[in-house]
Amino acid sequence: MKLPDLAELALRNLRESFLRNSLTTIGISVGVASLVAMLSLGTGLQQLFTRRLAKSGLFDTIYVSSRREMRGMGREEERNGPIPGQSRILDEAARVEIEHLPNVSEAYPDIRFATELRFEDKPHLTTVSALPQSAKGNDAFENMQGSFFSSETAPEVILQKSFAEELLGKTPPLGAPEPSVSELAQPLLGKELDMRYAQREVTPAEPVTGGTATGDDFAGASYSVVSREQKLKIVGVSDLDPESMRGPTRARVFLPLRLAESLHVMQPTDLREISRAASDKPAYSSISVRVKNPSQIQGVEDAVKKMGFITFSILDASRSLQQVFKVLYAFLGIFGSLALAVASIGIVNTLVMAILERRREIGIMKAIGASDADVRKLFFAEAGAMGIFGGVIGVILGWAIGQVINFGTNIYLKRQSIPPEHFWAVPWWLVVFAIGFAFLVSLVSGLYPAGRAARLDPVQALRYE
Amino acid sequence: MGETVIRAVDGVSVQVNAGEFVALLGSSGSGKSSMLNLIAGLDRPTSGSVIVQNRDLAKLSREELAKYRLHVVGMVFQSFNLIPSMTLVENVELPLRFAEVDRSQRESIAREALERVGLRARLNHRPSELSGGEQQRAALARALINRPKLLLADEPTGNLDSHTGTEIMDMLRDFNRALGMTVVMVTHERALAERYAQRMIFLADGKLVDDRPNSPFQPNGSPAGARQ
Repeated sequence: MKLPDLAELALRNLRESFLRNSLTTIGISVGVASLVAMLSLGTGLQQLFTRRLAKSGLFDTIYVSSRREMRGMGREEERNGPIPGQSRILDEAARVEIEHLPNVSEAYPDIRFATELRFEDKPHLTTVSALPQSAKGNDAFENMQGSFFSSETAPEVILQKSFAEELLGKTPPLGAPEPSVSELAQPLLGKELDMRYAQREVTPAEPVTGGTATGDDFAGASYSVVSREQKLKIVGVSDLDPESMRGPTRARVFLPLRLAESLHVMQPTDLREISRAASDKPAYSSISVRVKNPSQIQGVEDAVKKMGFITFSILDASRSLQQVFKVLYAFLGIFGSLALAVASIGIVNTLVMAILERRREIGIMKAIGASDADVRKLFFAEAGAMGIFGGVIGVILGWAIGQVINFGTNIYLKRQSIPPEHFWAVPWWLVVFAIGFAFLVSLVSGLYPAGRAARLDPVQALRYE
Repeated sequence: MGETVIRAVDGVSVQVNAGEFVALLGSSGSGKSSMLNLIAGLDRPTSGSVIVQNRDLAKLSREELAKYRLHVVGMVFQSFNLIPSMTLVENVELPLRFAEVDRSQRESIAREALERVGLRARLNHRPSELSGGEQQRAALARALINRPKLLLADEPTGNLDSHTGTEIMDMLRDFNRALGMTVVMVTHERALAERYAQRMIFLADGKLVDDRPNSPFQPNGSPAGARQ
């Protein structure tokens, strides 16, 4: 029999015992709904995490440093490639080159230094770090009090919460409830800080006699270290810690990037790279490279390595996170499939009942020329049709359940004054997969009944009603 | 327990010629229906052979037997055996579906067949809405839809009153004559056999008792020549 005929006969047979077949189909759809609900929860959570991590700025950033920074630790990178002293310098030219690599959105030098900040004439020591304007999208600044830097060169600072506590003398004892950010920001916003720092100032070079002057030799050049002061206006207090990954060296005060560059703050590496430091174009100790999409990290990392630099990214951490999600997925899938497995027993039951009921009909069909294969296919078609209907209804049902739970959770989050989130995602592949899976499961369930119907002896089937 | 082989038909050797109208007679349990099922390809002999158109049905696969039933044989039953959930057109169309006849031609072929047996007005009725005679006529239309060479009838008038029974038998005879179709009919009514069959075969307890030619009653007076 041809497929349209099969479908037509199967559908009319399903209509004949409408109630029983509907109940079976509902069973399948509940199974599919639970599968869809579980997997869309998994997908939703994964998307939520990915979204969060992308915003954290950790997953689209590569930290690049020069091989010259290596300290003879015997790590793999040190053993391969040129020795540190002869390897490439991470300077402005290198930064521009990296920035022009495909998929790179920006590359900016990491400027960080420990220094003294005075607030109301009291000194405080901390690490200061420079931020590009693009950091505005970083979720550490999402719930920030005040505003982001007005421009890349504005003499403004953003404080991390713990430093704000220190300035106000409100650092709570360990375990005590922390004061809220808005409480801390109130007395600080708009106030000024005095930053004291060491500036590197190039003095005109006096050629050294007898020195062999090669291309990049600055022997004889000199620079002075001058103590400077810069007034900075507090524009924001941030709750979260944008540099939490850096551990003890993390900065608690942030400056606009261009402003920080213009200050020519003396860097620790300037002492070692003595001949570089005397030039106006110093070497950077490290550069942060942001890629357009976290998935492109590997490619960019490889390209930067090829240029002769050391790279570090959080990619490996992200890989293990993917692994965790795969396991979570498998578990959710297994739990979701359980209901579908139960439903498949319902299909077997329904079809076996149908064989008993339609014994005579099967006998008639065989007597007038239906082959075993025709009968088998007909029962398969009935099972498959129930699977597809159940799958479609189940996807709709699963989607609806997801919407309801999403809605409910967000009401709860709102009460806890946490911004709403999307925990639930039903991607198109899940829809296709769920319907296909339901179809497949019902075909497998139809295997036994269809075989039994096909083997029915027509003489016996016709004997009596 | 073990299987007990019931010899429903034992040692019977019969040859039916093309175009013949043969009646298989015997009381119930004589093996006449079993013999018909063997000829119909619904059953297979435990030993011996059933040769139709030079093919031994005993040696055909299940698939080949289904093809044989579809194209070579048409069957009519005592209890009509129409599928109750389908209309007459759909019932008659069913063998065409199995034969994978094109959808566009199917309905018109089925309609024509039903019109030929006088059921033009009943095309879209279900079997339960029809009289026994009408149902049997529809079953006849279904049996003939794939133009079989061999028409098998198992007590075709058993569930009908004598008037409608005669109607059906007349139709059987007309198809036998007009299309040269071989008819093998199982019946226990000797009178019916004498009136329509060209040859009568008597069975009892699965054994052949008698096999003799018969001159059927001719409505137009001209005797029917038994073809060899």
